[in-house]
Amino acid sequence: MIMILGKKVGMTQVYDEAGKMTPVTVIQAGPCPVLQVKTVETDGYRALQLGFDDIKTSRVRKPAEGHAKKANTAAKRFIREWRLAEKDPSELKTGDMVAVSIFAETKFVDVIGISKGKGFQGVMKRHNFGGFPFSHGTERKHRAPGSLSGNASDRGHGGNIKKGKRMAGHMGMDRVTTKNHKLVSIDVEKNLLVIKGPVPGATGSYVVVRSAKSHS
Amino acid sequence: MKNALLQHVEDKSKKSEIPYFEVGDTVEVGCKIQEGDKVRVQVFSGTVISRAGEGMSETFTVRRIVDEEGVERRFPIHSVNIDFIRPVRSGQARRAKLFYLRERTGKAVKLSHRHSEHTVTK
Repeated sequence: MIMILGKKVGMTQVYDEAGKMTPVTVIQAGPCPVLQVKTVETDGYRALQLGFDDIKTSRVRKPAEGHAKKANTAAKRFIREWRLAEKDPSELKTGDMVAVSIFAETKFVDVIGISKGKGFQGVMKRHNFGGFPFSHGTERKHRAPGSLSGNASDRGHGGNIKKGKRMAGHMGMDRVTTKNHKLVSIDVEKNLLVIKGPVPGATGSYVVVRSAKSHS
Repeated sequence: MKNALLQHVEDKSKKSEIPYFEVGDTVEVGCKIQEGDKVRVQVFSGTVISRAGEGMSETFTVRRIVDEEGVERRFPIHSVNIDFIRPVRSGQARRAKLFYLRERTGKAVKLSHRHSEHTVTK
């Protein structure tokens, strides 16, 4: 598995080799410095800590500054770990740069981002409930969730509402992974990844791009 | 304004040269058609009745009358399946969308000629 951090630039369209119009998302990714290398001896697991996007100098906190200094770089806003498998022969050291060129051989990627916040939403939008008819005598419950539980749903205890019952509430702003996007092209010069299809989050939000798990 | 990086990606797949044509002009469009493993170019000619969208997603609509039946085709301007766009005749249009032509038949669909250095009359 290979990984890089980036920022969603926006969506557009390009033509693929077969002459078909393809919707694509452009991601500005890296170059990400390796801020720290975690090893089994010191941390109990193997990982590379990557950073992306500098923090404004006036807003940098001392510990963050010191941590980044070990990698000879400025403090970063977006920091995530690239977990390494036991046998992964990674030779990256603290201070090394991870650029989009590592995706040169990759065909499919997974993208992890924070989805757009939707606020407080009803069950129809949030959980795809069916709702009730809008006519035929339905009164004041067109988008209602319906019955929450029956008397027998929690045997012996009466009609308790079970844990995890899907109801109205806050929607969006969740960590979402979308899998198996085709990697259309990479631009080494401008640090761009062009990925087929939409990815989670608003334009300008941070995303993690990794090689697709189910294709490795 | 569009993000510069997004523009950069679009520019790579955009066509470098699109001939100048306006709504009301008569154009010939060469469409690539896949037949088995051969690619053939079929020409569709008619009046441009609309241009919509911008950048990579810009499209234009061409209308013509075939056997007294109106036929319209909408092409993405940067499509790789378009071999050429050839402006043939310039027509005077006083609005951006010529959908009123759909209600007309016969001589009434003709637009008056407008002088333009961009079109080549055959």
